[in-house]
Amino acid sequence: MRLTTLALILIAMALAAFYLGRSRAVAIGGGPGKARLLHSLPKYYGYYTAMWCVLPGLVLLLAWTALSDSVITGRVIEALPDSLRNQPEAQLGLTLNDIRNLAVGQMVDEARRPEFAVAAELYNNLRAASQKLLSGLIIAVSFLGFALAWWRLQPKFRARNHVELALKVALIAASLVAILTTLGILLSVTFEAIRFFRQVPFDDFLFGLTWSPQMAIRADQVGSSGAFGAVPLFVGTLLISGIALIVAVPIGLMIAIYLSEYARPALRRVVKPVLEVLAGIPTVVYGYFAALTVAPVIRQWGDSLGLDVASESALGAGLVMGIMIIPFVSSLSDDVINAVPQSMRDGSYALGATKSETIKRVILRAALPGIVGGVLLAASRAIGETMIVVMAAGLSANLTANPLESVTTVTVQIVTLLVGDQEFDSPKTLAAFALGLVLFVVTLILNIIALQVVRRYREQYD
Amino acid sequence: MAMLTPAETRRRVDASLRRRYRSEWLFRLYGLVSVLMGVGFLLVLFATIIGNGYGAFRQVFIQLEVQFDPAVLDPEGTRQQDTLASADYSQLVKTSLRTLFPDAEDRTSRRELNALVSSGGAFKLQKMLLADPTLLGQTRNVWLPADDEVNVFVKGRAPAVSAGSGDEGRRLSDRQIAWIQTLESSGKLEQRFNTIFFTAGDSREPELAGIWGATKGSFFMLFVTLFLAFPLGVAAAIYLEEFAPRNWLVDVIEVNINNLAAVPSIVFGLLGLAVFINFFGMPRSAPLVGGLVLTLMTLPVIIIASRAAIKSVPPSVREAALGVGASPMQMVFHHVLPLALPGMMTGAIIGMARALGESAPLLMIGMVAFVVEPPGGPMSPSTALPVQIYLWADSPERAFVERTSAAIMVLLAFLLVMNAAAVWLRSRFERRW
Repeated sequence: MRLTTLALILIAMALAAFYLGRSRAVAIGGGPGKARLLHSLPKYYGYYTAMWCVLPGLVLLLAWTALSDSVITGRVIEALPDSLRNQPEAQLGLTLNDIRNLAVGQMVDEARRPEFAVAAELYNNLRAASQKLLSGLIIAVSFLGFALAWWRLQPKFRARNHVELALKVALIAASLVAILTTLGILLSVTFEAIRFFRQVPFDDFLFGLTWSPQMAIRADQVGSSGAFGAVPLFVGTLLISGIALIVAVPIGLMIAIYLSEYARPALRRVVKPVLEVLAGIPTVVYGYFAALTVAPVIRQWGDSLGLDVASESALGAGLVMGIMIIPFVSSLSDDVINAVPQSMRDGSYALGATKSETIKRVILRAALPGIVGGVLLAASRAIGETMIVVMAAGLSANLTANPLESVTTVTVQIVTLLVGDQEFDSPKTLAAFALGLVLFVVTLILNIIALQVVRRYREQYD
Repeated sequence: MAMLTPAETRRRVDASLRRRYRSEWLFRLYGLVSVLMGVGFLLVLFATIIGNGYGAFRQVFIQLEVQFDPAVLDPEGTRQQDTLASADYSQLVKTSLRTLFPDAEDRTSRRELNALVSSGGAFKLQKMLLADPTLLGQTRNVWLPADDEVNVFVKGRAPAVSAGSGDEGRRLSDRQIAWIQTLESSGKLEQRFNTIFFTAGDSREPELAGIWGATKGSFFMLFVTLFLAFPLGVAAAIYLEEFAPRNWLVDVIEVNINNLAAVPSIVFGLLGLAVFINFFGMPRSAPLVGGLVLTLMTLPVIIIASRAAIKSVPPSVREAALGVGASPMQMVFHHVLPLALPGMMTGAIIGMARALGESAPLLMIGMVAFVVEPPGGPMSPSTALPVQIYLWADSPERAFVERTSAAIMVLLAFLLVMNAAAVWLRSRFERRW
């Protein structure tokens, strides 16, 4: 039985259970319109029976899908002839993969070997049997649950409290998804990174000065064994994000100051949405703009000044990334500047300061912690930004601080290492996860510090 | 210190005042220049994209007199569907081009002549014949899409490639240019609205590549995301705002949600690759997996917006509901939630708009594959609109520049519609208490 049919049957059963439960509640409560004997409204008895009808089946379904494949695979391995079963782990995995491919009807290189065909047939049979068993079990369990609920329906039964408890558990589960996401990120990335560090020493990665992740695929192949020194990537990331911040922080800050202190409301009404549009443009569009428009222009200018500019210069990517984070900086600074109490401005004016003196000597100083927090958030965003650098920055890991040269970043390398086919035990692939771990930890620390600083700053004036 | 005369004081104050006003004026100028730069960047960005992309909405077609020659298509006269389907239709195009321009005699010039019409022309003839087998043996005037280099030339986007110039990078020979000009003057070459761009999947040939496949992929992904992220986000927000006790676990959840909102999107891609694809063995390139990753990414945005919406419902509503005997759960689901829903939906739309423009995590889970066929469902391999833009931007053919910009315009149009919907929702249903 297909999963969709099963789902439809379950839904139908739930609906039936709801109506049956509700009408029974009405009946035991003394007939329609006279349900005063009941503890809860009749519909809650309906919800309760429907809940008991569906939930046990769902739990069973989830557990079954999680476990059945490994059980089936185990049985298939047991049935394999000794020569295949006693292979090393990696070989065995490949064999199993072939069997699975054969089972779904794809041609496999070694498909002519009869053991494979036998195993594939066994695999298919077991799967079909498991599906049938599951469908039967689910329907049986649903009936059982329904019967149980039916039996518990009494006028004194607190159906609403039970339903609400279940609902509350669901709400709690939903809010735990966020925690699970963080845990998932941390665990998956750390796990793969540890596998990487087993093959490449930790300090070679963190302090090594050369990055060339091209690994020899075959043992006898001519080529490097790969060097995983990530310092050039860190420097490249810092260089591009630094350029971005140099562009974005002054412009963003001045925009925020001008809009909140000088601009007339009419101008503000026009400029704010424009900045929001700038913030809403997908990064891939900025990447396209950087690669196709900005980079050639920079190259031309460089040539006319007699400078040697790489076509994928750090400057181009950094400039466009700066444009991207301008609205981010300006909206954060705007919040912070507006949080400075008016009394401080009035005090400054009363001493005879001009508007710009008030801004420079009073407001900006009072708002400094908030602005620093905003800049940290912007920095974390610049470090984690991917599409602009993938499209406009280079691939070669040059260790340089010259913005006219081509550099590569952490995110670019993650993308190049992971896009396309990859095998999951080569250091080349695992290196991406080690880089991801560094990226995650660095941005996390920046975010935590920034959020703390901003929050403490807010509390100061609230 | 000696006493200053009033005149001296006046002189000094005047001097310093002039300086101070000057710096005031300068400061203000800096601010104005910054604002103008911000607006200017946006204008330059839009001007570049529209300037590059508007041409892609028109496509060059060449009119040919094609004879559906049975000797070529069905030499044995079987009239079987299979034979007709696998026949050599490009031969028809070549023959018809040669009758139009008999001056192409040697091999190179014939190859150049054949290069004028897109390889998609043959497919179009095949489709025509399969739809109407009686065409066999007849002659029809057919408009066939021109090759991408012809497109670039006719739309005037290749200034260096005018006739007679000895440029190295040129893609069309003098002969080809002469043929194009002949076709143009005899009215057999036309620019029309480009339906291929909106109805086709990806292709290696720029003139045959379209965004329909990518749009469908994006649509399936957003559907999965909305279906999962909105209920989960609203449920989490309800719990955190209305029921959560003040303890360390809830604090951890709150800090965690704020931090998740600032985690780089590519890290979510790593999570999707390691967990959904490697651990759970889900298929690569499937919109379902993309939707799951985007769900985790947009969840914090939706939770934060939904919490703000719940917070804006005044406590008096809650107290009134509790006062007439509602349980806390009834109070939330019958009274608070309906009042907060418009705000939540606004947040959800903004989250969806962000998810639509996101591409970095999708690169990680294999949605960069070259997929010609538009996906049939959330499990079939596909790509997404922003990823398609990335792929085309990387293609070397000049004609893809135009397509990329046009695809960006379509993406921006979608985002504009979504954001406009959010603004409309907010203004239509927002209540000030």
